[in-house]
Amino acid sequence: MPRRKRLRKVVAPPGFKGYKPYGTSGKVTGHVELLYEEYEAIKLVDYDGMNHLEASKLMGISRPTMARIYEEARKKIAKALVESKEIKTAFGNAWLDKSWYVCEQCHTKFNLPDNITQQACPLCSSFNINAITKTSK
Amino acid sequence: MKTIISSSGNKLNSEFDLRFGRAAWFCLFDDETGKSIFFQNEHSEAQGGAGTKASEFVIEMEATKVISGDFGPKAKELLEKFKIQMVILDNAKTTIGEIVEKLAGK
Repeated sequence: MPRRKRLRKVVAPPGFKGYKPYGTSGKVTGHVELLYEEYEAIKLVDYDGMNHLEASKLMGISRPTMARIYEEARKKIAKALVESKEIKTAFGNAWLDKSWYVCEQCHTKFNLPDNITQQACPLCSSFNINAITKTSK
Repeated sequence: MKTIISSSGNKLNSEFDLRFGRAAWFCLFDDETGKSIFFQNEHSEAQGGAGTKASEFVIEMEATKVISGDFGPKAKELLEKFKIQMVILDNAKTTIGEIVEKLAGK
């Protein structure tokens, strides 16, 4: 049995469902699946300008793994551009950092699925809650 | 709103169980009726897939919230998909009764 994949921490999921090429002469042929962690890798390295080591620490994985994910992300985007394929985002092996909260009153950790509108602790109803970041984890 | 709490026994004074898939009992608390019902976890000794089975049980019971000590990757994935709120408590000494009181007290 292969070793279990360590979950990659993703601070925020991509703000889109995908990208579609336009003005193509033929029809769009298929799509590539960009995983959340791959999007995060591109964001940390190319957008935020971090090096692989810093980015890997943020995502809770080793530097080589980080480099592999980054490599894969670039390959996928290149493939989509050259072969005019759609890019769709997929969850992958991510753990969404933002979706977990801690109650400052009773120290309960919890997530808030998007069907819950009230931003309060589910146990003590305190409004004193904070998103869990990598420093408090 | 129904809540599932992982429990080590079938009474309100039983201790809370930190494990989710391998908890001995599950307490179903309904804050509309104020009643709590206990269910034995048939999969607590299972070889594998206990977390998945427990998550399926939660979905079947139409609970909207689960309170446990930790959730494995499979359970997490499934519960997230069905928009069930996961609540992580790390205090094993607390009893089911105390948790229920807090839930009912709001």
